[in-house]
Amino acid sequence: MIVAESKLFEEINKLVKGYSKVSVIGCGDCVTVCHSGGQKQVEELALKLRIAAKREGRKLEVKEDTVLRQCEQEYVEPVGDYIKDCDAVISIACGIGVQTLVEKFPPARVIPGLNTTFMGAPVQPGLFLERCAGCGECVLDETGGFCPVSRCSKSLLNGPCGGSMGGKCEVAQDIPCVWHQIYDQLDKQGRLDCMDEIKPPKRWSVSTGSAPRKLEIKHLQGG
Amino acid sequence: MDNANNNNFKAGSNLEKLLRKGEFVVTAELGPPRGASREMVEGKAKILKGFADAYNLTDCQTAMVRLSSIASGVMLLNMGMEPIIQMTCRDRNRIAMQSDILGAAALGIKNLLCLTGDHQCFGDHPEAKGVFDLDSIQLLNMSRQMRDESKFQSGGELKVEPRLFLGAAENPFADPFKFRAVRLAKKIAAGCDFIQTQIIYNMKKFEEWMGIVRDMGLHKKVSILAGITPIKSLGMAKYMKNNVPGLDVPDEIIQRLQDTKDKKAEGVNICLETVEQVKNIEGVSGVHIMAIEWEEVIPEIVERAGLLPRPTL
Repeated sequence: MIVAESKLFEEINKLVKGYSKVSVIGCGDCVTVCHSGGQKQVEELALKLRIAAKREGRKLEVKEDTVLRQCEQEYVEPVGDYIKDCDAVISIACGIGVQTLVEKFPPARVIPGLNTTFMGAPVQPGLFLERCAGCGECVLDETGGFCPVSRCSKSLLNGPCGGSMGGKCEVAQDIPCVWHQIYDQLDKQGRLDCMDEIKPPKRWSVSTGSAPRKLEIKHLQGG
Repeated sequence: MDNANNNNFKAGSNLEKLLRKGEFVVTAELGPPRGASREMVEGKAKILKGFADAYNLTDCQTAMVRLSSIASGVMLLNMGMEPIIQMTCRDRNRIAMQSDILGAAALGIKNLLCLTGDHQCFGDHPEAKGVFDLDSIQLLNMSRQMRDESKFQSGGELKVEPRLFLGAAENPFADPFKFRAVRLAKKIAAGCDFIQTQIIYNMKKFEEWMGIVRDMGLHKKVSILAGITPIKSLGMAKYMKNNVPGLDVPDEIIQRLQDTKDKKAEGVNICLETVEQVKNIEGVSGVHIMAIEWEEVIPEIVERAGLLPRPTL
């Protein structure tokens, strides 16, 4: 899932000053799971904006809604009327949701209410950890199912660096050294030979930071 | 392929030749300054000249911005000293690294130490983007390929190969311990000619690691230089024990410093004992002395360790 966290309220409040009608749009998917952009957070943010406006002596009407999945154009269709009627929209979905609103309802001003942080998993109540970097070329089979690209602080491919001590990463005591985990896992699987071979430099061309990527499924594209 | 004109040396550096001769070599570290000062590099170099066979120029160590390693190396060349350029994977992608490797070789540098690099969070620019396009093993492999196959990492042909003697670091004290000698084997397979180890304070563990290295026959394929750092104060010892990732400072060392009045003298004594011990370990080809911001103590250590005069070719 995509994990995101709320921007500071002051930051959002500052951006809506000068507007008299805004809407807050949440998303029922990932950000609902990580408690940053679901219906509850929409209600809270709308309420805080109203209170702040009142305190500051501004007139502000705040509409609220949560769509099932803000990253898909068909799901945001129903909020189109709101958005067209408002001066600005605060999207509390991930960055994909924000851009779906922008694309669907030009030239609406869409303000991101969240910082999208990573692709990860809820590992215990209230704790989400990064698990995938979307690097475009999965190595999980060779690494015992632990991702070194997203979980090693240096994205190393040839084993732990010299800063791995007692199973911890040199960067912080609360970060496990994923290469230590990989080693232990491969050891248990009897596959330590996976650690012996020299892994060549990664093809970052298929990863983030190269060029915008796309997935094309021809038979769904019609024509 | 090796050039017949230089007796099949890979790079023909002083370091390579002395190791080939079987000399117990000494390398010393010089940390470039945090400023555009040629005088400061030359000042440190003057202190060290004649006390080592080659000198490491660190590459923004602990991720602190410093005068460049290659530039400092050229200053040493001009003083008749042999540089070992350190290069980390933290700040440059493969394009920049290959460019710098060509530049360094063209300027007359003959030794390259390939490192992954400390994480940027430890330095003075923790918000910087860590590059890590390659890791140290891939950097070694790329440098070897450039030298021996006249090929860039991409496979494209390069015109004049950079003749560099290739080194790497290895940390016998990091975990998982059993993987550490395997990692050394990977580095050798990638092209590593010499190793400078992490600083040794835990001799027992170092000996244990060297045992595995010998069992795997690795000491015959690579020259291992034992890492030595004099401790200046009790505070430094405690800091290294508790705050420096990858360092193993046993309690006995702390105790020895606690029990003595002259901490600096005791620090030097510990160093001298370490040198003496590693000299007697089969497979150790020399020492690498890193006196962090204390370069002036290196001449005393080298002299008292009986490693003077340094051999000439």
